[in-house]
Amino acid sequence: MAERQYDWGAIARNPKFVELHRKKTVFLFGWWIFSTVYYFLLPIGAAYTPGLFRIKIIGAINFGYIFALSQFFVSWALAIYYAHVANKDFDRLTRELVEELK
Amino acid sequence: MKKLFIALTLALSVGSIAFAETAKSPAPAGDPAVSAPAATNPAAPAAMQQTATPAPSPAAAPAVPAKRELKANKAITLTMFGIIIAITMAVVVWAAKRTKTAADFYAAGGGITGTQNGWAIAGDYMSAASFLGISGLISLYGYDGFMYSVGWLVAYITVLLIIAEPCRNAGKYTLGDILSFRTEPKPVRAVAAISTVAVSTFYLTAQMVGAGKLMQLLIGVPYKTAIIGVGILMVGYVVFGGMTATTWVQIIKAGLLMSGAFLLAILVGIKAGMNPIQFFTDIATSPAIAEHVQKVVLKDPLPVPGFDYGQRFLEPGLFLKNPLDQISLGMALVLGTAGMPHILMRFFTVPTAQAARKSVIIAMFIIGGFYVLTTLLGFGAAIHLTPQGIMQVDKGGNMATMMLAQQLGADIAPVLGDIFLAFLCAVAFATILAVVSGLVLAASAAIAHDIYVNVIKDGHADQHEQVMAARVTSMVVGAAGIVIGIAAEKSNVAHLVALAFAVASSGNLPVVFLSLFWRKFNTAGVISGLLVGTIVSIGLVMVSPNMTYPKKVAADAQKVATVLEKKQAEGAVLTAAQLKDLAKAKADYEKNKDGKSMLDLDAPLFPLKNPGILSIPIGFLAAIIACLAFPSRKSEEMFDEIYVRQNTGIGMAKAIDH
Repeated sequence: MAERQYDWGAIARNPKFVELHRKKTVFLFGWWIFSTVYYFLLPIGAAYTPGLFRIKIIGAINFGYIFALSQFFVSWALAIYYAHVANKDFDRLTRELVEELK
Repeated sequence: MKKLFIALTLALSVGSIAFAETAKSPAPAGDPAVSAPAATNPAAPAAMQQTATPAPSPAAAPAVPAKRELKANKAITLTMFGIIIAITMAVVVWAAKRTKTAADFYAAGGGITGTQNGWAIAGDYMSAASFLGISGLISLYGYDGFMYSVGWLVAYITVLLIIAEPCRNAGKYTLGDILSFRTEPKPVRAVAAISTVAVSTFYLTAQMVGAGKLMQLLIGVPYKTAIIGVGILMVGYVVFGGMTATTWVQIIKAGLLMSGAFLLAILVGIKAGMNPIQFFTDIATSPAIAEHVQKVVLKDPLPVPGFDYGQRFLEPGLFLKNPLDQISLGMALVLGTAGMPHILMRFFTVPTAQAARKSVIIAMFIIGGFYVLTTLLGFGAAIHLTPQGIMQVDKGGNMATMMLAQQLGADIAPVLGDIFLAFLCAVAFATILAVVSGLVLAASAAIAHDIYVNVIKDGHADQHEQVMAARVTSMVVGAAGIVIGIAAEKSNVAHLVALAFAVASSGNLPVVFLSLFWRKFNTAGVISGLLVGTIVSIGLVMVSPNMTYPKKVAADAQKVATVLEKKQAEGAVLTAAQLKDLAKAKADYEKNKDGKSMLDLDAPLFPLKNPGILSIPIGFLAAIIACLAFPSRKSEEMFDEIYVRQNTGIGMAKAIDH
């Protein structure tokens, strides 16, 4: 199983890799922070703004319920959005980089 | 593969009904139903309190003698268990033939597809606590139960964005593989293995004890028999079938769990005319729920005029009372799930980073969908069974889903109630098996692969020896699990799940994250981060309110005794049950009044049940400070390599290569 030797430092300086790295970092950490903040709004809001959570929106369904339910949909939407961006951008850049190194 | 799975699940569902019918007919005489010993065992199965919160404090009022009991039909239930065992054993035989190398054993040869892995992650993750505990919480405390479930899904955003793909690209079988990449392999692997074994043991113990109590409650099997039975099956799956069998057991379980929840949710929906607004109106206007909220939860002896107790059930604050504890638990979930060794390990079973990504997304839809359905089940149970009825069977509400299945089934035809209940018991059984198998596999991989092969044998072990080591270790780990499970029957294990997540989030996650993303990270950082994170988490939990403080038990018992004695003094005649409670309260007081907690404390030193809010920053700091104190040039130079690898998958350790 002879593994090919790569010059890792050179790859790391390759403009394609730098672009991939920059795009990924901004996207991944940015959305991670967004989702984390959005999630912690739930326990914090429930504890400190119960009046808001109590407001009835449709029938007996209140804001709190809709907000908690929205957590699921926001997580799913983010997952699909990430898959879309990763399949389109990140995977393409990676493929191009790997091609270049052949 | 996919078709096979669908066929298996279908065969299981259809077959079980057919078998159930035939099994029922020969025993018409006598009552084959065994009443669950619920009345004698009011304490919630401990492991199911994944809430990491003790069962809701027993109401001050004396316990009502259980009028309502959950009866599982033993013949039908055992037949369904038999079918599950038969099918999973067939999977093991098939998997055993394909398990020849270490890669096969630990990572199913990298031959699991993204979709399959998504189902397996869901099956690995959703324990009996998710299945029974959360719907129970919702049925008794409404909104808070639902809010509690959210974090378990959001946790996967971290897994998806930060952990899954880099780990697939940079790792091979274990946590130790990722961490030892640019560090001194031997000490790092040893410490990583210790932390993996610690997390897995905590989680496994909680699951085993929960399994024993659940089986006892559902079908009246003695605790020890249940533990040994579950233990033998779990060891069988892992030792013979390795990761391939474990994966398929998890996939089958996830399929069963989702079909059970889906069916039940449809029945609940039909009752509300498939109209969500009607459903919520039913909750808010139910007199039983309003009375439960008023008397049991808020403890208002007389209703406050104009206060809508039914609507209150849909608002926060009935169960989760300490926001800091909630935030702390949230942090442990969001960061801990990504540091759980048995979850990390699942990413090594797929061939590429793309497949790893796909598997997390699929798992997120299954897990999230399941929790949304759980809300329907929990609220449905509150409407149709009433919280009072649920508490008569189990004070923690853990039997709510089971009772709902029986009642909604029986509303159509009495035999259907029995079949449906038996089906859900079988789902719970499969759930336990799938989760414990994943844990045993993760713990044995750490011992066999990291410690034996790479530390003791310096990596020089041929395939045969590696697989042998893995099998022997799994056997030992499984046996240890059985022994611990039996030994822990009477102990308080509710804190163990909190502990597992605390260690994973404060020990494992910081070092995995820094290894992947920080150039300066090195050996000293890994060792310090893992050790400090693990020790601080364990330490904080040991002095937290999770432990039993005899003085507090004594004070509670005294309160019950005072209330009852006051009643007696006022001339009321106590019922037999109340007299029994009084005697028990007095005995509890005497027994506990001079006791101290395990660490010789009268009261908790740390106020939160979940240490994450403190232990996670400490874990990160310990890793960063040690790393800066002992810089390593070699680790810095190798950063480019791991960073390029984790981002691109270039030079990826192909599971089949080794």
